[in-house]
Amino acid sequence: MTETLDANSIIERRACVTGVGQSDIGRRLGIDPLELTLDACIAAIEHAGLTPADIDGVATYPGPMAVPAGFSGAGAYDVIDAMRLSVGWYGGGLETSGQLGSVINACLAVASGLANHVLCFRSVWEGTAQGSKGRSAVMPGSGGSGSFKASGFTEWTLPFSAPSAAVWIAMFAQRHFHLYGTTREQMGWIAINARRNAALNPKAIYTDPMTMDDYLGARMIATPFGLFDCDAPCDGATAVIISRVDRAKDLRNTPLRIEAVGSALRGRPSWDQFDDLSTMATRDAGAQLWTRTDLKPSDVQMLQAYDGFTFLTMSWLEAMGFCKVGESGPFVEGGERIARDGVLPLNTHGGQLSAGRLHGYGFLHEAAIQMWGEGGARQIPNNVEVGAVAAGGGNTCGCLLLVKE
Amino acid sequence: MSDTPTVPFRILPKLTDANREFWQGGQDNELRFWRCQDCTQFIHPPQPICPSCYGKNLRVEPVSGRATLTTYSINHQPWMPGPELPYVVAIIEIVEDPSVRLTTNLVDCDHADITIGMALKVQFEHHSDTDGDVWLPLFAPELGAAQ
Ligand SMILES: [Zn+2]
Repeated sequence: MTETLDANSIIERRACVTGVGQSDIGRRLGIDPLELTLDACIAAIEHAGLTPADIDGVATYPGPMAVPAGFSGAGAYDVIDAMRLSVGWYGGGLETSGQLGSVINACLAVASGLANHVLCFRSVWEGTAQGSKGRSAVMPGSGGSGSFKASGFTEWTLPFSAPSAAVWIAMFAQRHFHLYGTTREQMGWIAINARRNAALNPKAIYTDPMTMDDYLGARMIATPFGLFDCDAPCDGATAVIISRVDRAKDLRNTPLRIEAVGSALRGRPSWDQFDDLSTMATRDAGAQLWTRTDLKPSDVQMLQAYDGFTFLTMSWLEAMGFCKVGESGPFVEGGERIARDGVLPLNTHGGQLSAGRLHGYGFLHEAAIQMWGEGGARQIPNNVEVGAVAAGGGNTCGCLLLVKE
Repeated sequence: MSDTPTVPFRILPKLTDANREFWQGGQDNELRFWRCQDCTQFIHPPQPICPSCYGKNLRVEPVSGRATLTTYSINHQPWMPGPELPYVVAIIEIVEDPSVRLTTNLVDCDHADITIGMALKVQFEHHSDTDGDVWLPLFAPELGAAQ
């Protein structure tokens, strides 16, 4: 599994982030999701100092999906057509290394010369789709009709009234609690840290201060997860421009070079058949990333890591080697290490827990904003030259290491 | 075992030739899995070839119905009509092969007594359906087992 790669074969290093953009973000905006998507795309192109004519690639996650409602705001074809783009490469799909799998694909596309500047995007309108009924409104068979039958992966979960990733990931967390003595109080620091950062993010969904008592007192969803362990569905779109390094020299922003990526999946692609239910494919993507760089976890000055559920961030902390396996609880306890002025500032925009479930791309957006010093009130005090981004959970996980040179 | 489902509404699986033996095994009080007849590998969920030897000499066989609790969650959220809240969602591994797991419900168990690693035994929840009846394999603490 571990092999020595020569630097020339690590071709993601020929790719860099050159611009980011975001639409309006809100709980329920009621705006056409394609419009939100295009707002983000146009903002990212402008931010990079490019024009739409420069964009010759498009990548997205997960591509067009009607079910569950709100999960996808637009596909690659929608954006290519609406903007009348001419592309040398494009792709969208669900079967990749998490939401950032689409960005990894874009890196490979520019590195190989299939495109020079790839517009990557992720858009959601889950807030509007779920309406006032919350997540239960978009569960399969939620109409209560006996005619709906479960098939595919849901065949093995829906009949047991386990329709949500909240329940599946809660079981991973419970296994971690069992093996390592992890506690709800420790996990709570992921949520509290996110909330205190969100208070400084004008686009965040939830900004009221949260105490440990607030966290522990919230109603239970699926043990060990309470309400504040779960992210906040919203409407919004995020776009990122991935450029080939030789095309990025004279653009508006200092290129953020992709130092290494992690995309591996070495267990069964299944929520319940995966070999180790205390970890996930985070383990595989995180380990792979460090085989592709001479940098070490101790070189990383900032981590933006997926928090669809609090435990996922803890899983990424272990998987990427920021602490030992099983020690993410003590690592985050007290919230000092992960604070904006700590050794490893974490989810500085408020994460999906408090800034909204932008589904993976929000973390890459925030990493770039911080590395370009555009964080405003939430800017990390130290200049960040090496940052890590990770997204996904379960069997769909990907991560990136960014370097500002 | 009562023939009346204790949970009035469940989303049922779409029955196929590949999964029918699994979902209807409870009619004979049997938990059944596909198994490779060449290399003895259990196979779940069903697939057309053995994942170990890639052979196609596969047959459905009953197992003991005994299992171990791998992990669980006490679900409080009313996602959909279903068991009375809160109910326990669990992942179990069968004693014949710990790599064969099922997501299921843990029943007949005080929530305070749930322990990862506890010994479990299958029981079935029967649902009549015009597309074919289904017996959901649920798990309860194994009586007399050392906890
Ligand atoms: Zn075989």
